[in-house]
Amino acid sequence: MTLRSELELAELLELLPPAPEAWVRSAQELPPVHRRLDDLVAHALADDEYRRQLTADLEAALAEAGVVPERSLVQALRRRLAPGD
Amino acid sequence: MPLVTDSDAELVARCRSGDDEAWRELVARFSRYVYAIVIQAYRLPAADAEDVFQEVFARTYERLEDLRDDASIRPWIGQLTRRLCVDHLRSRKREGELEPIEQGAPDATLARIEEALSIREGLKLLSAECQEILDRFFSRDESYETISGALGIPGGTVASRISRCLAKLREQLAEGRTASPAPSGEA
Repeated sequence: MTLRSELELAELLELLPPAPEAWVRSAQELPPVHRRLDDLVAHALADDEYRRQLTADLEAALAEAGVVPERSLVQALRRRLAPGD
Repeated sequence: MPLVTDSDAELVARCRSGDDEAWRELVARFSRYVYAIVIQAYRLPAADAEDVFQEVFARTYERLEDLRDDASIRPWIGQLTRRLCVDHLRSRKREGELEPIEQGAPDATLARIEEALSIREGLKLLSAECQEILDRFFSRDESYETISGALGIPGGTVASRISRCLAKLREQLAEGRTASPAPSGEA
């Protein structure tokens, strides 16, 4: 490793501030949220009418399942319901 | 700063086995890295940055099964973050909402972020107090007063302790020591 001055070390440490706590918490809660997505997808695969309702309004379906419909989760659900998945 | 006990590969294996606590640790370990790429290298506005940040971890969670080498999770997450940032900027540019970022600027900053990660690795060689005081002052941008109150040390000694810990860090890095085992730590 290149020998760095204390000033350079300080500048490099400044480059890695913590991410906002709420962002981190939200990402940390993904496993239980994804288990709820698993349930929704399983239900949709077994019930065509439910699948139609789900794909018509993913945000509402997530909210109804008790999941905050964040963009990344809506996209995750959309990916999982896409044809061929 | 959490005590790191698992290597990156061990942590990924635990996540894959359905260990929710391991996932929380993985997010904690890589959140600074993802955040730095999104905010400092690509300079996304906060709302867009949060979308990309969450998307990175959502895709990581979904694709852990596909990872060929568990030990390569850090570069894998780095590459995923860069790709999602570029996709996001292209999408925004098409919508006419953002100015294109300065050519070459992300690469230079990305290289600095990788250097910074190596330096953070070196922090693990220091005492817990030194790790915390350097993190609070440089990474969290806390004042002497805040650090003094949080750590219960006299305000007049904060500056000298920072200086001493920084010198210790430089000394450890100069001796070529590396933290072991091999995890990336809280990146």
